[in-house]
Amino acid sequence: MTELSGQILLDRRRKKVSSRFRPWVLVAVPFAAILFQVYVPLFVQQLAYLELPLLVTVYFALMGRKPIAGTFIGAAIGLVQDSLSHQPLGMFGIVKTLVGYFAASVSMRFEVDNPVLRFILGFFFFFFHQFFHWVLLRALLGEALAFDFSQTLILGLLNAAVAIPLFHILDKLKE
Amino acid sequence: MEFPLSRYRNLTVLLLVIFAQLVLLAYQVKTNQDVRLIRVWAVTAVTPLARVLEGGRSGTVDLLRDYVLLYGTRRESLRLKEELGRLKLENQFLRNELSTAERAQSLNAFQSRTPSRTIAARIIGTGTGSNSKVVFVDLGSTNGVMKGMAVVTPDGIVGKVLAVYPTASQVLLITDPSFAAGVVSQKNHVHGTLKGQGHSTCVIDYVQNEEKVDVGEWFYTSGDDRVFPKGLPLGAANVVRTGKTFKEIFVVPSGFQNGLEEVLIVLEGVHQQIPPAQAASQATQVLPPPPPDPGQAENAPGLPSAGMATEADRLREQYKRIEESQGITFGVAGGKPPDFNAKPRAPVPAATTPPAAKPPAANPPATTPARPPAQP
Repeated sequence: MTELSGQILLDRRRKKVSSRFRPWVLVAVPFAAILFQVYVPLFVQQLAYLELPLLVTVYFALMGRKPIAGTFIGAAIGLVQDSLSHQPLGMFGIVKTLVGYFAASVSMRFEVDNPVLRFILGFFFFFFHQFFHWVLLRALLGEALAFDFSQTLILGLLNAAVAIPLFHILDKLKE
Repeated sequence: MEFPLSRYRNLTVLLLVIFAQLVLLAYQVKTNQDVRLIRVWAVTAVTPLARVLEGGRSGTVDLLRDYVLLYGTRRESLRLKEELGRLKLENQFLRNELSTAERAQSLNAFQSRTPSRTIAARIIGTGTGSNSKVVFVDLGSTNGVMKGMAVVTPDGIVGKVLAVYPTASQVLLITDPSFAAGVVSQKNHVHGTLKGQGHSTCVIDYVQNEEKVDVGEWFYTSGDDRVFPKGLPLGAANVVRTGKTFKEIFVVPSGFQNGLEEVLIVLEGVHQQIPPAQAASQATQVLPPPPPDPGQAENAPGLPSAGMATEADRLREQYKRIEESQGITFGVAGGKPPDFNAKPRAPVPAATTPPAAKPPAANPPATTPARPPAQP
């Protein structure tokens, strides 16, 4: 096992420790992320492309290391996000449910405290989120939208870059 | 034996949650009429906080500006006083100039303002999602806002009310891909359907390739959609090209050109006429012909008599002279043909042979002999 893979892959001998958060953190942080997405783009339009609810979903799912918990966290955040959009309820809900589940599943195999891995996961899940949301829009709602591949890639990198300091700050809220 | 569902517990829960949301989605798509309770809860929870945040931000900014950042205020005050005196004089001069020239224009503009009843609202939040084109305004059902009302600015249309909550309303912007409205062009009166594209430009769809739309031509609401009153401006077409089935017309909405902070919700819409298109060149005032000098106009050869200012009048005068000098009568068959190359005799002064004293001809001549009489 190389040094890098030793840092990233979880050793079977090392115990998978799920992080614990206070209940108010689990409520307040997603709420703040959604509020940020609703309010801040009024003044800085470019920040509308920052998917903080997604990053928060990924973080709690990764740290929880429990797929069921990740599933419900993703579903809850997604449904609240749906409530504030003009789409039918469940569009963001389904996508973030999948993100929560997969992020929690990934955390069972990888050492998710590693910043490099966090960057990669942040990019991957942003791309997955945008792509799957686009698929649902076309398949379920019949909206003929084009998928901007290059823009999604660039925004994925930006969101992944934001994810590293954000996750670091959220680490401080662990119990 | 282990029960399969408990063996694959994680996957089972995932599938159940997704299935539940799919059922929820299907139910909504089928009966998308009422506002869901969860939406009311979420909006009621978020919008007051957004309002408090906005109030806190504006209050803090005002406090800083008014009481804290006083550095250099006195010096600036003196400078401003000097500038104020100068500007007062300048303003007085300009006011005199403008008061006469623009009074009528201002009154006309005021009178032509929309007769619809509107209410001003402030934007307090945007919708979620990176490509979201919805905003929240701070007026809700308690203010008389209803679903489907038009949202405009003085510069043009902005969107329509998508959902109404007690303290806020959700507005679907015209740039959203799901937005559609009936529009008509100003100059050629071509009807089409406005559609959002998810970015700053909208498209006008369903305009036949054979119809004429100019670049720069303005589009107005047609009132066909029963949302927007007829006659509200949308924007000018900046790209017009022929498409496969319909024309491809792109419009930059004029309602967003000064930013989107405050909007007007149309509570009672009144249809208006679409303003007429301005001519390419400005209208030029043409004065009436000057009155002839006494005793000169009718005496001068080649000049038309009083009141004959057009070319047709001159021709008629010329034919009359030919008729008199050659002794023929236009419109009578059998006579000799007129010689139009012969120089006609100068007209007889009006003072010697007034028209009333002229003897009537046996066959009265045609009033406007536009061409020579036909040969027998």
